[in-house]
Amino acid sequence: MKTIFEKSVPGREGCWPCEGMAEEAYIPAELLRDGDIGLPSASELDVVRHFTKLSQRNYGVDGNFYPLGSCTMKYNPKFTEIVAGMPGFTRLHPVLPQLQGAGGLCQGALEVMYETENLLSEITGMHAFTLHPMAGAHGELTGVMLMAAYHKDRGNKKTKIIVPDSAHGTNPASAAIAGYTVVSVESVDGIVDPAALAEVLDDEVAGMMMTCPNTLGLFEKNLPEIVAMLRKVDALLYYDGANLNAVMGKMRVGDVGFDIVHLNLHKTFATPHGGGGPGSGPVGVCEKLKPFLPISRVAKLEDGQFFLDYDYPKSIGYVAPFYGNFGVVLKAYAYILRLGRAGIIRASENAVLSANYMRKRLEDHFEIPFNRICMHEFVASASRQTKNDVHALDIAKALLDKGYHAPTVYFPLIVPEAIMIEPTETENKETLDRFIDDLIEIAELAVTDPAAIQAAPVTLPVTRLDETRAARAMELTDDL
Amino acid sequence: MIPDDLLYAKSHEWCMVEGDVATVGITQFAQEQLGDLTFVELPEVGDTFQAGSEMGSVESVKAASEIYAPVTGEIIEINEALEDAPEKVNEEPYGDGWLVKFRIKGEPEGLLDAEGYTAVIEAEAH
Repeated sequence: MKTIFEKSVPGREGCWPCEGMAEEAYIPAELLRDGDIGLPSASELDVVRHFTKLSQRNYGVDGNFYPLGSCTMKYNPKFTEIVAGMPGFTRLHPVLPQLQGAGGLCQGALEVMYETENLLSEITGMHAFTLHPMAGAHGELTGVMLMAAYHKDRGNKKTKIIVPDSAHGTNPASAAIAGYTVVSVESVDGIVDPAALAEVLDDEVAGMMMTCPNTLGLFEKNLPEIVAMLRKVDALLYYDGANLNAVMGKMRVGDVGFDIVHLNLHKTFATPHGGGGPGSGPVGVCEKLKPFLPISRVAKLEDGQFFLDYDYPKSIGYVAPFYGNFGVVLKAYAYILRLGRAGIIRASENAVLSANYMRKRLEDHFEIPFNRICMHEFVASASRQTKNDVHALDIAKALLDKGYHAPTVYFPLIVPEAIMIEPTETENKETLDRFIDDLIEIAELAVTDPAAIQAAPVTLPVTRLDETRAARAMELTDDL
Repeated sequence: MIPDDLLYAKSHEWCMVEGDVATVGITQFAQEQLGDLTFVELPEVGDTFQAGSEMGSVESVKAASEIYAPVTGEIIEINEALEDAPEKVNEEPYGDGWLVKFRIKGEPEGLLDAEGYTAVIEAEAH
């Protein structure tokens, strides 16, 4: 497909609302540009067709199944968009709640934030939440800063944070950016092993970051023991909410003993994502960490009025301008209320059921390294196919030809040739069956005609990319 | 393809010791596992490392992986060609794709011979 620049024909232009609306008519002559701006010249119809065709080449969950493991690419009901688009919210200026006497003009928005914090606290069993962090990794950094503030306040000397070898890469990155040394603990049979933890745990450990279920889709069965071990050295336990979609309404992480949790509202609670944002990574804490939460905090007076409270002398301060991504919070609020307690539990149950159904139907065709009851996702491996020189990447590319988004491949790192599949609760059985049948067909083709898989994709506008060359010879600009 | 005349670390680095100089690279097995390399981050000449400590990293289209110093000592030369041509590591891991040269301090310890390393990669493959 040609770029809009290649379609440019000098002198061609769009339709102006009335005659004589050339720039000379309303811009003073001395401010007009001398040279050519370098933008393409195209008719309105050229532009409409160009961008409509581009949009049709986009892939989204509105069009087809998106089994991207670890990412929870579920369908988000459109009513949340309607709520987030209500003019009573979209026309508010974010500075209003901070202006003397203007609090009365934004009570609804403040109530949404206050109530969302309460709902998230209820779902996770935490004592208090901040909605400010703008994304998951931002939530992690905020969480680790809360850890640091807690230890500083207690006079603890802490230098290390432990992460399991199955962790998301953002965990060690967040800990390192906050100034901690990262210590990795090896998994045994796919989960954290208390004996391995004991080997790396000492008085200098500030905390441990865990995801449960972990990135293999497995539940961390040793949590009670891990909590007890960490408490002995006054280390805090951090819950990465990336996989909350498997356990919401089933396990309250605060009740299990986690001290800090971040949630990805854009994954679990109804915001489409994958296009680079906006996200939202609220952070919840247990009671002893509440004084350190970022400011401002939404508070409620006895007469039911909401206001912003800045009186937290031990707070880590500001982590975001204003109150985080309010639109995303609003969608999460609407989604949680609409699902209700029963709906939230059913969402998790269906996510887990879908993953186990797929795992079971695929187990004869693909290696499943930890083949037992999984949570909301599972990790298969292309290790059987490699003897025909068909790799996880080839299988992912072959799925593109079948019309799907590829699953996550080569992650988690501890499984060679990993293919990580997360069906989510929003797909029906027919879709799951069709995807499974297509995967089985690919597995069979990997034996009978490996070259066909190695050549995939062949049906897309862009066929097999040279990923190595793209990474080695980066050319990111175009001369206008 | 595991040369007999080299020493190996379990973390898949090789080293060739000549006098007090050790040439270090990553093994054929390591480069196969990583796939096409896109970036090699090496230490600087003059840096010193303890055996087993992290001295750099390699990135491929699949993953990023740390490189560990197989010996204790000072870096006296790095393979500058890799900055523009990381593919040399894939093409000739034991030749032009070498990474750094160490002036070693003391005797190398805890390294494996070709037979010992073969056992390590066979165990990892299963």
